[in-house]
Parts: sequence; C-alpha cells; structure tokens
Amino acid sequence: MKPAAFDYVAAESVPAAVAVLSRAGGDGKILAGGQSLVPMLNFRLLRPAVLVDINRVPGLAAIGVAGDVVTVGALTRHHALETSPLIAAHLPVLAAAMPHVAHLAIRNRGTIGGSLAHADPAAELPMLAVLLDARIGIAGPNGRRVAEARSFFRGALTTSLDHDEVITDVAIPRLVAGTGWAFEELARRKGDFALAAIGVTLSARDGVADRPRIAVLGAGDTPQRAAAAESLLTGRAVTAPIIAEAAAAVAADARPDADLKASSAYRRRLLGALANRAIAAAWRRALAPPGHDDAARV
Amino acid sequence: MNKTFDITLTVNGTRVTRAVVPRLLLSDLLREELGLTGTHVGCEHGVCGACTVIVNGDSVRSCLMLAVQADGATVDTVEGLGAIAKLAPVQRAFHEHHALQCGFCTPGMLMTVVDLLRKYPLATDAEICDGLSGNLCRCTGYVHILAAVRALVAQTRGRP
Repeated sequence: MKPAAFDYVAAESVPAAVAVLSRAGGDGKILAGGQSLVPMLNFRLLRPAVLVDINRVPGLAAIGVAGDVVTVGALTRHHALETSPLIAAHLPVLAAAMPHVAHLAIRNRGTIGGSLAHADPAAELPMLAVLLDARIGIAGPNGRRVAEARSFFRGALTTSLDHDEVITDVAIPRLVAGTGWAFEELARRKGDFALAAIGVTLSARDGVADRPRIAVLGAGDTPQRAAAAESLLTGRAVTAPIIAEAAAAVAADARPDADLKASSAYRRRLLGALANRAIAAAWRRALAPPGHDDAARV
Repeated sequence: MNKTFDITLTVNGTRVTRAVVPRLLLSDLLREELGLTGTHVGCEHGVCGACTVIVNGDSVRSCLMLAVQADGATVDTVEGLGAIAKLAPVQRAFHEHHALQCGFCTPGMLMTVVDLLRKYPLATDAEICDGLSGNLCRCTGYVHILAAVRALVAQTRGRP
C-alpha cells in the first residue's frame, strides 16, 4: 500500500519544524525514523497534510554526559543507543534493552524521540524513560518545556505533546556506580512486539535494597512504575521470598489488556515471572563488586 | 502535494537524479523509476524484510523510507552485490547451501546478512537466527539460510 499524498518539508532547524507544524494546525506530523509513522501512512491510517522531516536538522542525534545526566538527542537511533560506549557505561539497562527492539534494519532508522512521541504501549523506550526518570525536552511555539516521563504518557499512542511541539532531547540521570539493573522481555518471536517487559534498577546499602525502581510495559495502555513492589523492596534484604512477594505485587497491580496474542491473565502471570527474574538479576548486580557485572548472568 | 523534489543519489555506485513526489517510497523509486526490481516488495509495512537495502552503510526497509529522504544518500541494492559470473561471498554461500527456494525473500536476506556480518559476532546459531528474524521466508527454508550464514561467518572470521 502507498501513502496518500502529502506536502513535505525538510526542516533545517527545530524552530523551522515547529513553525511548519503550527501552520499545519494539527494536520502535520514530524517524520523522524519513520519506522512507525510510515507503516501508518502506507496503511492510510494517517493522512497528514504535511510531513516535517527533521532528519537533516543538525545536532539532534548527539549522546553526551553533563554531570550526572546523560543527554540523548531526539534523532538518536536505536542502534546508536545499543552500541554507544557512553550508554553502556552510564545507562547499561538501556543498552541491554535495545536488542529487543524490532530488527537491525528498524533499529538503524528508529529514533528515541520518535518512539517516545509515538507512545506504543508495547515499545521499550517509553517504559525505560519511565523507569529511569527521564526528562523529555520539547520545543514548541512558545519555546522550550521539559516533561517528566512519568506524566508524559497519557494513553495508547497518546502523550502530552501538543500538535505543534517537537521532542528535541531526552535527559536521563545516569546510574551511579554499583547500581544493579535488569531488563526482561517476552515476545512471541524475536523482535516482535513485547507481550510484556520489565526494567529494574536498585542499589544495595548495608545489605538491603535502596531506591528500587521498577517499570513495566504490557500492564496497561502506558508504561507504569510498580509502586507497591518498589516500596515492598525498599529497606529489605532481597531474599527469594521477598522477590516473590514483590513480583506478586507487580502482577497484582497490572491491568493488562487481552488481545489476539495473550489474555489478560496470561500477561499478568508473565509480568510476575519476568519481575521475579529481573529483581533477582538486578540484586545480584547490585551486590557484585565493581567490574564483575557478569555475576548477574544466570 | 504533487510538487516534485529533485533528488540525486548514488545507487550501486552510479549517480542518478530524479524528480519525485514526496509520497514515493524508496522501494518504488528503485523498482519503478530505476528499474532495479531485485529489491522485492512484500508487506509494505516493515514486517517481511524483503525490501531491505543498504542506505549510507546501514540496512533499512526501503518501504519505510521516502525516496525524497534518500537525496544525497548512497544506496546499495542486491544488484550491486555481485553478478552471475562473479558472485559476492554472501551470494556464493546462499548458492552453495541452497539457501533459496522461490527467491522472493532472498534480496532482503542477502542485504540483511551483509549488515549483520558487519555489526554482530554471529558466533552462535541462536544469534544468527535472531539477526534473521526480521526477514520472512514463506518457503520456510530457514535451515539452509542458517547453514549459509554459518558457513559465511566461518569463512570471513576464519573459524572452522
């Protein structure tokens, strides 16, 4: 199938892109990697009047570290996140999750900004943004604003982005040395949309869990933090019974949809199983001496 | 909406210039405008992998990229890999291991393998299968494709 006709603007700057979107009055779309947008155009699920291509905007694909924050330009491709030494060093959970995203040819094109803006309930990057307390930099007609990932996602394919706003960057606090982490996902086939996935970070202090964070996808229309499980782990020694209790809390909090691929009950059980594995792996990493990350391998 | 854009790109080493409407997909530019029908079009939504080509050194789905976006790019298609008289190593490996039946998925498989070899160790069959999972073969001849890639990895990396 072919896209319906549209006007095309290759924006040379972010303000230029915003200006085109403003003029389009809700009938414009940003084209970044195009790995979700172009299928929707080909199916004619979307028929925007104008596409604003930001691929030629200079400086939108940089990865950098400023103090305790990793900044990632909106046009950074999934494969760049997968292979960046900075991401591996400071946000290893993000690097580890990237091979789960579709296939190499998709990861070569797909961008972090596009994934966040598209807000697919089965996409990894929105969930990781929620896990890692990312702050999403957004340009609009009135200048710049920053959105917390936790309140950015409003529903399936729905965010707090206005029709004339563009994501420009994502700021992610780096994981401090010694932070344990894990990412677990199940999809029917490698690279297929996830049925469910979970990300965990936590630290070990005096033998107990400190500042655990758990985020899940597949538990509802948006990625969510598993608050009950987080508070259950906080200040506790992470033994097998505690892990099981926390995993049960993750499953109990989930409100997964049923679809052709999985029932709601199956997804809830799956989330519990993934939580069990992920919390245990994150805790092993948190306990491992620096440089002995392999301790988390089962 | 029917305004055309003049684009210039290098396809298999040859510079080409065309005037394209924005909605023209890269896959259709290659097939319809340039006559390079080796790039196959299966699903047109990025699932089957048949239309995979190399753009600026990276494998991409040519059905998920607009032709106008390829302005200034270097595009390599299966036609640029080798010729009957002089097969590229990846083509020879597919030939020797009978890694194609109907041949529909083959161009996408070949271009995908070219990029996979550059970017991943492909040290295990599981890793090769993961790498190929975005390319569908409806003859289901995956076993021979796996054998071809395994042999290719051994040949290019000097492993038995």
